[in-house]
Amino acid sequence: MRVAILAALTPSPFKVHFMNILRTILRAFVLLLGMASAALTGPYEEALPKFANDSYADTDTAIGAVASSGNPLSIDVVEALRDGRLLIGAGQVFIRRVSGELTNAATGQVWGNPAGELKAVRVNNRVRRSIEAALGSLTLLSADAAKRLEAAHAVFRSRDEAVLPTLEKAIAQEGQTHVRNALENARAAILLSKQDALPMQRLAAIETLRARGDQEALALLSNLPSNAPPDVVAAAGKAAAGIRSRLTFWEAVQNVWYGISLGSVLLLAAIGLAITFGTMGVINMAHGEMVMLGAYTTFMVQELIRSQAPGLFGASLLIALPLAFLVAGSVGVLIERTVIRFLYGRPLETLLATWGISLILQQGVRTIFGPTNREVGTPAWMSGALDIGTMSLTYNRIAIVVFAFAVFAILLLVLRYTPLGLYVRAVTQNRRMAGSMGIRTSRIDALAFGLGSGVAGIAGVALSQIDNVSPNLGQGYIIDSFMVVVFGGVGNLWGTLVGAITLGIANKLLEPYAGAVLGKIALLIAIIVFIQRRPRGLFALKGRAVEA
Amino acid sequence: MSIFDMTRRNLMALTAAALVSSATAQAAKAEETIKVGVLHSLSGTMAISETTLKDVMLMLVEEQNKKGGLLGKKLEAVVVDPASNWPLFAEKARELISQHKVSAVFGAWTSVSRKSVLPVFKELNSILFYPVQYEGEESERNVFYTGAAPNQQAIPAVDYLAKEEKVERWVLAGTDYVYPRTTNKILEAYLKSKGVKAEDIMISYMPFGHSDWQTIVADIKKFGSSGKKTAVVSTINGDANVPFYKELANQGVKATDIPVVAFSVGEEELAGIDTKPLVGHLAAWNYFQSVDTPDNKAFIEKWKTFTKNAKRVSNDPMEAHVIGFNMWVKAVEKAGTTDPDKVIDSIVGIKVPNLTGGVSEMLPNHHITKPVLIGEIKEDGQFDTVWQTDDLVAGDAWSKHLEGSKDLVADWQTLKCGNYNTVTKKCGS
Repeated sequence: MRVAILAALTPSPFKVHFMNILRTILRAFVLLLGMASAALTGPYEEALPKFANDSYADTDTAIGAVASSGNPLSIDVVEALRDGRLLIGAGQVFIRRVSGELTNAATGQVWGNPAGELKAVRVNNRVRRSIEAALGSLTLLSADAAKRLEAAHAVFRSRDEAVLPTLEKAIAQEGQTHVRNALENARAAILLSKQDALPMQRLAAIETLRARGDQEALALLSNLPSNAPPDVVAAAGKAAAGIRSRLTFWEAVQNVWYGISLGSVLLLAAIGLAITFGTMGVINMAHGEMVMLGAYTTFMVQELIRSQAPGLFGASLLIALPLAFLVAGSVGVLIERTVIRFLYGRPLETLLATWGISLILQQGVRTIFGPTNREVGTPAWMSGALDIGTMSLTYNRIAIVVFAFAVFAILLLVLRYTPLGLYVRAVTQNRRMAGSMGIRTSRIDALAFGLGSGVAGIAGVALSQIDNVSPNLGQGYIIDSFMVVVFGGVGNLWGTLVGAITLGIANKLLEPYAGAVLGKIALLIAIIVFIQRRPRGLFALKGRAVEA
Repeated sequence: MSIFDMTRRNLMALTAAALVSSATAQAAKAEETIKVGVLHSLSGTMAISETTLKDVMLMLVEEQNKKGGLLGKKLEAVVVDPASNWPLFAEKARELISQHKVSAVFGAWTSVSRKSVLPVFKELNSILFYPVQYEGEESERNVFYTGAAPNQQAIPAVDYLAKEEKVERWVLAGTDYVYPRTTNKILEAYLKSKGVKAEDIMISYMPFGHSDWQTIVADIKKFGSSGKKTAVVSTINGDANVPFYKELANQGVKATDIPVVAFSVGEEELAGIDTKPLVGHLAAWNYFQSVDTPDNKAFIEKWKTFTKNAKRVSNDPMEAHVIGFNMWVKAVEKAGTTDPDKVIDSIVGIKVPNLTGGVSEMLPNHHITKPVLIGEIKEDGQFDTVWQTDDLVAGDAWSKHLEGSKDLVADWQTLKCGNYNTVTKKCGS
């Protein structure tokens, strides 16, 4: 356009007159443009400078004004603010595009390198909430279904009555069922708390929320506005009662799931001990430190991946598994060869020696890696949660449950079907006879101890996802591990499985009623009583092996 | 008389000579230097927090020596390791005072370790600087509390949440030991005095080393979905916060829905976790590394150079040691001696600049004045100060919100008493 005008303006004698006319027109045009832009200085342009005030209250009001201004740039501004890309400097507001390009927030035009330093507009929780609500109202009609869904959730939370017309429009044109559901939920939430809503609308809203049936719906239904007519109140009360009984059921399911999840952690921590203590009879107080070594191996692997091959991060835990097994396993073999083999049959000395080893390992790691926690990241596929009914199963817990059972199954197969497993069972059942049959018992001892330690190392990889990776990591698990193995029955892998899951579920069923502290105490007392009755645990070994 | 006997006698003589010579060497050295005891765990559970404080003390001593020492003598730090073992704290304190003849001790972290060393400091009449925020309800002649009392941390944090975040429902979650129990008792009394109903307060405790937070986070979610704005006030012991925050993030509890304000989570604790899901959760302290003052910048620079680690973070208890150490130096200079009795008298009223731009003063109750800062966790593991008190807040040894403690005052200057009852007009409550 501009090029065309310039071309027309190319000097030429017989065009001078024409040019003058053109100039006048152009001038008028520019003037008009200026007037138009002055007239355009609406709420959007007025709100922008408020971002530069460095006050949360001003930023908050500016967001509201920008969002309701209808300016096409407002989504960009609010999104930039959310991501820390809204910059201020020299009294002006800029948007740093995701591409790195700098644009003027007022005009949307590309801006060169501004003189002076640019600072990001600061946000706090209050501002973040406003951003979320603003984006909710702005992106309700977005072309991206995921954004629409997010917007619906945001509106459900903000309950902004001003959004209602846009919301109606969004519902009318929504093609995807789950998004429409979310939008209808949002509408119901607004209508229920809206002062001048019709009883009909409210009853429909109550029906929608009853179908939603979660904690938030219950909260909405139990906080009706005071002017609600009696039939609405009655309907809400009925719907709330229905939701409550549904929630009670899901809560029970959730507690059982938490129990299984805790049980799987206990199983992972204890399963290595089931071999070293359960079948070999070594009271290995350094077992927790093997778990810790596994967790630190994960840390090392992730550090390497971060610096060398960031693309592999998603697979970092899988890569860490065999390495953790090797590291912890070889440390286990080393401990067995240098210390424990001289102490077989002397449980008290073994206990003291391995406890000393655990202190040495802890302090060693502390010296090398420092006393502070190390950051082990969670791969994307393990973050987030799966919603079933009203409970949310977090992916990392699901992964750990699956992983724990897989490790258990593999270990069971190794002990049952491999030559190593055969030798280990033979040696633990009758050492002298196994020796007479040509099995090198001392080598088997070392390998079995290495196997148990290696499995503990693998457990460390999983536990690094839910606990601190610090030198003290192992200490937290050693008591629980012994508890599981003793409770389940020494020398029996199945006992360890049943023991771990039972303790996990019992703990989690007790916790909501007794609290975390009393629940744990109650469980310990129960185990003491149980061991008094059945000293050999749930699954006691029978026969001559017991005395060996 | 065999050769064996001869050698043994020689050996004994040699040992005795060695002992005497080392003792005289020590005596000679003691005349030249002023010794400062550092009583922080370098191994065991608490090493995670306390090792840093040992490093800070070494840096402060080195720096003071560069400035020419104290009273014309060089300072010497004596470091011992109480190994996170509470009775060992008392033994090591005794060793520092009687054997190494230190002039003052900087140390302890947990309240139980402080309680364990108290009798030793009283009996041997020495000085302890305690740098960590604690539950209050204590004032001892031999102890100077440079960390925050509850009214310098917990109460302002609750005020902020009520005012800025419009919080109406409160979860007081803590690890089951003396600091959370007392702090939550004070907070509960305070909230109730502000008109919060009992059903809007949920208190829950977990054992030490608790790592399975699923039930508690689910409970908090349930408690927080009543329609009223809910916040969690966490007195959970530093390390256990990491799995707690991880569980919060996994179950989708965001700071914009249910903010968590923590009293034991600082820059050091955050260094070990992925902080992206935690953005917006809060902490209340008297110092943040991100505070933009020239003093703080210079301090961080020195700290990074001293530790030879550009990533090393600084935190609140470190600042407390900086303030405490500078106060002690000034008090010794004022008294002209390191004699504990003289220093205890001269230190009250001493003012030193803190790192956040104010001037802290040692009060007659042996607590100090500090600003209160509320910070939100940022993506880089630092805090963004979102609110701070206009003035410095004077530390209360005895809470004004608890029955039985609100009538007590501590004043070691005029009343010479740590628990003077203003109603009965008697010392000793």
